[in-house]
Amino acid sequence: MSEMQENTQLEKPQFNADAMKQVEIIFSRYPEERRASALMPVLHLAQKEFGGWLSQASLDYVAEVVGVAPIRCYEVATFYTMYNLKPVGKYHVQVCTNIACWLCDSDNVVKVLEDKLQIKMGATTQDNRFTLSEVECLGACIRAPMMQVNDDYHENLTADTIAEIIDRLP
Amino acid sequence: MSSKVQILFKNIHKKDSHTYKVYCQDGGYKQAERAMSMSTEDVIDEVKRAGIRGRGGAGFPAGLKWSFIPKDNSRDKYLVCNADEGEPGTCKDRDIMRYTPHMLIEGMVIAAYAVGAERGYIYIRGEFVREAEILEEAIKEAYDNGRLGKNINGKKIRFDLAIHRGGGAYVCGEETGLIESLEGKKGQPRVKPPFPANIGLWGGPTVINNVETLASVPSIIENGGEWYGNLGVEKSSGTKLFSISGHVNKPGNYEVELGIPMKTLIEEYAGGVRGGWDNLKGVIPGGSSSAILPKDVCDTVTMDYDAIAKAGSMLGSGAMIVLDKSVCIVKAVERLSRFYRHESCGQCTPCREGTGWISQIMTRIENGQGVEGDIDLLLSIGDNISGKTICALGDAAVGPVAGSIKAFRDEYIYHVEHGRCMVG
Repeated sequence: MSEMQENTQLEKPQFNADAMKQVEIIFSRYPEERRASALMPVLHLAQKEFGGWLSQASLDYVAEVVGVAPIRCYEVATFYTMYNLKPVGKYHVQVCTNIACWLCDSDNVVKVLEDKLQIKMGATTQDNRFTLSEVECLGACIRAPMMQVNDDYHENLTADTIAEIIDRLP
Repeated sequence: MSSKVQILFKNIHKKDSHTYKVYCQDGGYKQAERAMSMSTEDVIDEVKRAGIRGRGGAGFPAGLKWSFIPKDNSRDKYLVCNADEGEPGTCKDRDIMRYTPHMLIEGMVIAAYAVGAERGYIYIRGEFVREAEILEEAIKEAYDNGRLGKNINGKKIRFDLAIHRGGGAYVCGEETGLIESLEGKKGQPRVKPPFPANIGLWGGPTVINNVETLASVPSIIENGGEWYGNLGVEKSSGTKLFSISGHVNKPGNYEVELGIPMKTLIEEYAGGVRGGWDNLKGVIPGGSSSAILPKDVCDTVTMDYDAIAKAGSMLGSGAMIVLDKSVCIVKAVERLSRFYRHESCGQCTPCREGTGWISQIMTRIENGQGVEGDIDLLLSIGDNISGKTICALGDAAVGPVAGSIKAFRDEYIYHVEHGRCMVG
């Protein structure tokens, strides 16, 4: 085996035993002949397991695990915004700027975050700690303005609470 | 309209209201038992009598939807709960799932029994990670207590329920886009007919109902369709959750009987408009896709399907976005037009291209680069989208544009002529 092949193999993503158990649980939710339905949940799992984003190799691996053609997997991964096709920071900070949040001054949330993290919307900090994204309505309109940091919602934001939330992250 | 009947939110102020134990303290899952002692036809009739209309936005009578499921047993049938909740302004289903998930599960058990579905899914928007965790736990509790799975309530009735998380696509709130997504594909809506009641998930007859609709079912079985039908007003029966956001003093989700005057709802429940009622510019009454109603209409309109439709908008999901006089309408609609452009699935040319054009024109007007004829051009593009696409996303994109031009044309003209906002 040449060195290059070895490297490729080393880089090939692989679910660990715990993740494989999760995959089995996901599969059990759908009739066996409808396995393709597991594609989205397995992609979510892969993104979580493989550092917050999905590389081409990850997509190929998910296709293999679920048993669908790679093209099906690419189609799905590129259609839904939650699948990150580029690396993101350890903390993905997503700010809603849609109408209800905008009425409650999400412009200021964007400004405070850009100032604090010293990056513009869509960028990642040099230390790969934060990625800042603008997102569409996340369904927390009555507690606007809001942002999502990884899996958690933070609502009724003010300049002070934003700073506090960011500073408190481990 | 002084009664304050609470159906969906009756338990949410209790500690640990999301748990099986607390839900059962108040007779939880007794209605599923009762429904299973009735014939499936009787259950459907009761829901028909209640007259409950789909709470997701389309307003289609739920009982009628159930009755469209073919009675033959040759194909597997499915029940799907639409918990995609993506319409800007809407965040009511989230509270049902967080605070009273068993009410939703019980509603689904009853619905599944009524239509003969042995398998069901809750399609929840992907970003609701914590809500999905709460639901997962609730589903597990329901299984552990014999409320889901094989031999429910000791009878030969089976219903398996699981969660399916979305991936952040607004169009999956459209029921056939949702089905595609559930099948592991891009969420591009299907041509209808055939309707899901005939050919839905995996080709089987499928009922798709919103969270709020399904969570209302246990109360309908408990108190009877007639009782529910007497709540609210003619053709808009029952209670409804309204998500009130924007420029109000107490934004929140409020459960009231349909037919309540909008002004009462905003002033008595949501703490009033910031700066007082006279500072109101307008209200988007049913989520971002519904046309904005200017203040003079808001003064008198009532919150029910027919009254809002008559006023030129729609009740939709019941998400009321309140705008005070400081808001530039052009800027607000420009933001929404970007949303629809982003969310168009790209399948139908009028929507894929038209939402992009609308967004570009809105942006240039907002940036002071609008030209004469832009307003008519917006309306013309709207005419060429509406009714010419597979799903309603195209119409939804046109709603805020056409509605705001109708109500606030002077602001658009001012923007084009002066290159800046009339307000602020």
